[in-house]
This record gives sequence, C-alpha cells and structure tokens, in this order.
Amino acid sequence: MIRPHRNHPLWLAYILHRLSGLALAIFLPAHFYVLSLALTAPKDLDGFLHWADMPSVKAAEFGLVFLLAVHFFGGLRLMAFELLAWTKDQKTWAAASVAFAFMIAGGFLLRAI
Amino acid sequence: MLTLRLFMLQRLTALIMAPLVLGHLALMVYAIRGGLSTGAILARTQGSLPWALFYGTFVVAVSIHAAIGVRVIIGETLKTRGAVLNLLSLVFCGLLLFAGLRAVISVTMP
Repeated sequence: MIRPHRNHPLWLAYILHRLSGLALAIFLPAHFYVLSLALTAPKDLDGFLHWADMPSVKAAEFGLVFLLAVHFFGGLRLMAFELLAWTKDQKTWAAASVAFAFMIAGGFLLRAI
Repeated sequence: MLTLRLFMLQRLTALIMAPLVLGHLALMVYAIRGGLSTGAILARTQGSLPWALFYGTFVVAVSIHAAIGVRVIIGETLKTRGAVLNLLSLVFCGLLLFAGLRAVISVTMP
C-alpha cells in the first residue's frame, strides 16, 4: 500500500531529487576515471568514446543529462523554497523543473544523433 | 551543530555549482555534435587555465556536495550514525576529490 504522503506531487519532487543525486554520485567516479584516461591511456579513451557513439549509449547519456538538469532545477527550487518567502506555486515549479530538464536533455539527444 | 554546518555547506556548494552546472550542460549540448574524440576534448582543454579553474572548482564543490548528500541518505536509510558515518562520508569525499582533480589535471595539463 502506498502511504498517503507519497501521493503528493512534491513527494515525487523530493524522491526525484534524492534519486537523481544518488545516481549522479555513483556515476561521478566512473566519469572521472574515464577522463583521466586522457593522460594515462589516450588510446583507451578514444576506444571508449568510439563505443559511446552507439545509439544505446547516446540514450543512456540522455538519461544522465536529464538527471543532472533535473537535480539542478530541482535544487534551485528547493533552495528558493528554503531561503525565500513562501509561495503557493511549489508544484508548478517542481513540474517546470522536470520540463526544463527534458528540454535540455532532449536538445542534447537531438544534437548527439 | 555538525548537521547544521553540513546543511549550510551543502547549500553553499550548490550555489557555487549552479553557474558551473549551467556551463557544463551548455558545453555538453554544444560539444556532442559530430561525436567526441580524445583530440577534440584535449584541443579545447589542454593548457587552458580557465578550464582548469572552472572544472577544478566544480570538482571541489561537487565532492563536498555529493559526500554530504550520500551521508544523509546513508544516515536515513541504513541508520548509520557517529564515527562510522563520518568516516564513510570523508572517504567518499576524498575519493571524489582525488579522482576528480586527477581527471581535471589529465585534460588540462599543457
């Protein structure tokens, strides 16, 4: 059974912010490792970047860009919510965060393919 | 008190990162066109002090920010407290700092 508070749209905003942050934190060490190949093994980095041209990897990158963008916009909303005067349009801003993130990730995907 | 300080530090690092994330998103959307290669990345970043400062600041801020975030999640979901929680967050922060600064040096060193 879903507990009542979990049906609230801002609970979804909370869990999206938390899960996107966790996913980005898990992704970061791998991201840093791949970039450091530029110094230690440039051929391996080129091989990786060639592999990353595959459509399925581009789709995964779309997901990563979306996670970063939604964590960014959701974080701005959260800080405005914490530090500025209360406004009634929190749900609108939470929805707008997802919309802006889709716009950026969609723009990335359209240029990538 | 530590929790309040970490809360403030997480917001401070978030504010520092806000313009950097926007820059990083814009760069990704711009640079992905036509695919990436080691040469294309290094041509932009190698020997560039502005990029070294941009991504160096980013790495320091994200290491602190992510470690505090993961600390909160571990504390709430696994009920870990005290010295163990401090150690876990410090180790994760150190890992991100080391790997991140190594990556920045790798792509910006002349």
